[in-house]
Amino acid sequence: MAAIPDSHVPPKTTGLLGWVDERFPLTKMWREQVSEYYAPKNFNFWYYFGSLALLVLVNQLITGIFLTMNYKPSAAEAFASVEYIMRDVDGGWIIRYMHSTGASAFFIVVYLHMFRALLYGSHRKPRELLWIFGCIIFLLLMAEAFMGYVLPWGNMSFWGAQVIVSLFGSIPVIGAGLVEWIKGDYVIADATLNRFFALHVAALPLALVFLVVAHLTALHEVGSNNPDGIDIKKHKDASGHYLDGIAFHPYYTVKDLVGVAGFLLLFCGVIFFAPTFGGLFLESPNFEPANPLQTPPHIAPVWYFTPFYAMLRAVPSFAGTQVWGVMVMGAAVLILFFVPWLDRSPVKSIRYKGPIYKVALGIFVIAFIALGVCGLKPPSGIYPLLAKICTALYFAFFLLMPWYSTIDKTKPVPERVTGYG
Amino acid sequence: MVKHWLLIAIAACGVSAAVNVALAEEGQSLPHSGADINNIESLQRGARNYVNYCSGCHSMKYVRYNRMAADLKIPESELKGNLMLAPDAKPFDTITNAMPADSEAWFGKVPPDLSLMARARGGVDYIYAFLKGFYVDKTRVWGVNNLVLPGAAMPDVVAGLQGLQKPVYKSESDEHGGSNMVLTGVAAMTPGSLTPEEYDQFARDTANFLDYAAEPVKAKRQSMGIFVTLFLLVFFVFALMLKKEYWKDVH
Repeated sequence: MAAIPDSHVPPKTTGLLGWVDERFPLTKMWREQVSEYYAPKNFNFWYYFGSLALLVLVNQLITGIFLTMNYKPSAAEAFASVEYIMRDVDGGWIIRYMHSTGASAFFIVVYLHMFRALLYGSHRKPRELLWIFGCIIFLLLMAEAFMGYVLPWGNMSFWGAQVIVSLFGSIPVIGAGLVEWIKGDYVIADATLNRFFALHVAALPLALVFLVVAHLTALHEVGSNNPDGIDIKKHKDASGHYLDGIAFHPYYTVKDLVGVAGFLLLFCGVIFFAPTFGGLFLESPNFEPANPLQTPPHIAPVWYFTPFYAMLRAVPSFAGTQVWGVMVMGAAVLILFFVPWLDRSPVKSIRYKGPIYKVALGIFVIAFIALGVCGLKPPSGIYPLLAKICTALYFAFFLLMPWYSTIDKTKPVPERVTGYG
Repeated sequence: MVKHWLLIAIAACGVSAAVNVALAEEGQSLPHSGADINNIESLQRGARNYVNYCSGCHSMKYVRYNRMAADLKIPESELKGNLMLAPDAKPFDTITNAMPADSEAWFGKVPPDLSLMARARGGVDYIYAFLKGFYVDKTRVWGVNNLVLPGAAMPDVVAGLQGLQKPVYKSESDEHGGSNMVLTGVAAMTPGSLTPEEYDQFARDTANFLDYAAEPVKAKRQSMGIFVTLFLLVFFVFALMLKKEYWKDVH
């Protein structure tokens, strides 16, 4: 276990807590997971996003419960019920903006959290399973966000669902039947909305919470990585404490509180001053009810899907089917699962990796952001070509990693963690 | 650490500025309406304009009379006497129009509900531009077209106020060497009952009211946001001090 092998035996608890502790390992769990969970001393800015993702998850769960109390999951009433929440329910507008802004915030913190792993090699042995749980969480989060986006039953909800669900239709043989099975109807309709609601408020959140528990359990089993990418358990003092570690509570609880305050400043800035964020977080066509007869002038998914949407569009149809684009889009997510084994560098952290990895990661980030822009824009002008180039760069980063990570010149890794306090 | 946070704040401002610029160049460049959601008198005039010139055809099915009266500080007598034109409307009702069921046959489409129009079209400036965008076009059923909504099915109900406008074209050569006439704007043709400045004010007030209708909580949201931000700034400073206090012994 990650808890330190302490020489002294903790005093037995008394009173009510003692009564509980005799029946349930409350104090033991608190000690093992929080007050004596030793985290590296040298966490930096990039380490805020794990606790922030948890904060956003809790925000989504709680605001989601309150939205569910007034939302009507039917094609006839959904749109009006959202306006009812916005206008007639006490505090409904703030709950709804917290939830809609929270969806975008979730992807921002999760993307930064994943970027942190690529920076410091947090996916490397022994944290492969931790990383895989995280990748499954990311996949589920995409499904959760997509279905949530359909629920307000605005015109972009409808046409977005139409485009995404029809992707499954490109799968040979079973495609058409599969699409019908997903929709529960021949078109996106009431039945589709109803099942998306069920998945969005019950099935997927349950799975997400379960996986987050698994993600944290795996983390506390192997211990956190750090910006130096070195093992902090090698050096102990006389009493058996890790010299490079520090108790999660109170040190990181107070430090994460600073992260929470900084995050809330930005988060509330959006909620109170720009809840639609210029049409990126809440798109204009979604303020019109779903209309199967009127296509919005330009259908684009919400911003957090656009990098993957751009890859879908970048692949031309071949042999009379669009399935290749769908496969590329799927592969773009699935390839993340293999990163722990693609990276063959002898060191984990970018601090001690050579120039090749630094350049590769830089190009990767630029390509990913450029793909996001391409996915937002109509496919004309420079964007189709740019999307093709960036799709190639995205995959090159991963597929060439086994090669460039071995030839890259690394620096010697320090014995002890550096730069903290 | 404070330096880090300053950098983050600057980066966040940079991102939102970049998003603004990127989105601004996306849409057609609309004239700036100058509408102010905190200007109650403008909103009151806008409500009057809406009732007099729009509500015959356009409902606002998500806006309640009494909520509107409370937000816009309209006394109940004024509300009942001048704003609730539907004969059996109650103050807690939402705003309906006087259109019969077959209005589609009159216009080719049912006049759309205006509750969310300002948000659906991306903002108050669109409504302002629309109200100022009618021009004479003999090819259209009602003899008018609109700059920002080409092929609009709506007749020019503000012609009496604004007067008629004529289209302004400029010739532009295309890639094949020919020349095309491109619509660039409108110009006054006949005077209306309002001066151009008065009509600008009419369009601004009406657009402002539609912006209010699309999000009645907008003004309250922004004023609350200032207090929330100030609270969080204080909270941030205290969190930072607490962290420094705990971490001062970590070596």
